[in-house]
Amino acid sequence: MQITIKYFGQLTEITHIEEESIAFSGTYIKELLETLYRKYNTLKTKDFQVAQNQELVSFETKLTGADIALLPPFAGG
Amino acid sequence: MSRYNRHIILSEIGQAGQDKISNAKVLVIGAGGLGCPILQYLTASGIGTIGVIDFDDVELSNLQRQILFGTASLVKNKAIAAKARLEDLNDDISIIAYPMQLTYQNALELFNQYDIIVDGSDNFETRYLVNDACIITNKPLVFGAIYKFEGQVSVFNFQNGPSYRCLFPTPPKKDAVPNCSEIGVLGVLPGIIGSMQANEVLKIVLGIGNVLSGKLLCYNALTSQTSTLKVNKNEAVFQSILKEKNHFQKNHLNIDCNADTLEVSIEDILSEELIIFIDVRESQELPKVKSIDVINIPLSQLEQNLNKIDSDTKKILFCQTGVRSKQAVELLTKLNIKDCFSLKQGATEINNYIKVLSNER
Repeated sequence: MQITIKYFGQLTEITHIEEESIAFSGTYIKELLETLYRKYNTLKTKDFQVAQNQELVSFETKLTGADIALLPPFAGG
Repeated sequence: MSRYNRHIILSEIGQAGQDKISNAKVLVIGAGGLGCPILQYLTASGIGTIGVIDFDDVELSNLQRQILFGTASLVKNKAIAAKARLEDLNDDISIIAYPMQLTYQNALELFNQYDIIVDGSDNFETRYLVNDACIITNKPLVFGAIYKFEGQVSVFNFQNGPSYRCLFPTPPKKDAVPNCSEIGVLGVLPGIIGSMQANEVLKIVLGIGNVLSGKLLCYNALTSQTSTLKVNKNEAVFQSILKEKNHFQKNHLNIDCNADTLEVSIEDILSEELIIFIDVRESQELPKVKSIDVINIPLSQLEQNLNKIDSDTKKILFCQTGVRSKQAVELLTKLNIKDCFSLKQGATEINNYIKVLSNER
């Protein structure tokens, strides 16, 4: 399945892109993340949450959507 | 013509709506980049009682985005300077300044006096403290946060909706996410995000429109794109905060700002003689400080270079804004190296001050 991944905030400083499309055949969100950790090895050290089809989900959730977003917390004010 | 005429002639607001605004009590945490536009619009709209808490003073580098302040506000406390400006904007309402740090000890009593809490703070510890105190006092929390060119807005703890911890359950590791003073921020961004927060406050007060509860709005100023993501409530989060509520006031903040005693100001030190200046910025960072003797040891290499630091002499550490130098002092103090102080200002201010001194001579 073709999946679009969006990166927010300081995650883009690791990926150097805000969005990409990859072919992926795994079952769970966390498997997708393992693939991304291999591609961007410092991503694993960052705090973020995952949204699937515009809904925040846990890493244990089944991958059902084509739209994934990786969202870090912001502290600034 | 009444001050609020343009509200009152809107059928969605009317005199009844304006009366709701006049009766509302809103507490704004922080009078910084987000706090300024929030306070400005809430004051102009006629919110009857507005509290503002901030322990920090206005600095020159704040004026790029903190629009309530001018050069006349420099070195004044932000809450007090904001109150003076806001009272000029609207003398119909009551503005209460709290020139102090929000703590686990004062939060609950303070929040209980208000209907809505708006978070414009700039660090995770305060954000989680605000979130948890809102759960315990059962107050809606209008949340906003920024990073460089991006912002997040949401309303938490509103009509049984999710909280900040349902989105991000625990604070990130310390120093994992830098703040504006360390990495910079587009000046207009907090203006946009803070205005969105003020808008959410007014919708809650008026009971109109759809409040941004259960949703996180993400805005990117460079692409002008917004994404709205659904946030689900995690009931267990509320239960664990409420279960611990009797211990809430026994918690302590552990943010950098508490190392105040180890901070010094440029005016106070240049007259002293036996001082070593240590620049903890990376070697390529500008401006250089040339008129005084300076050792350059970047914060990232501090631990490997302890032999360069004379343990018996008073040491003043500086960087660009006083953030990294504070971390460096904390590190050295932990390593039991005494007489280390962090300069509140940065390299630019040292150069300016030396220039002023040499002109006076």
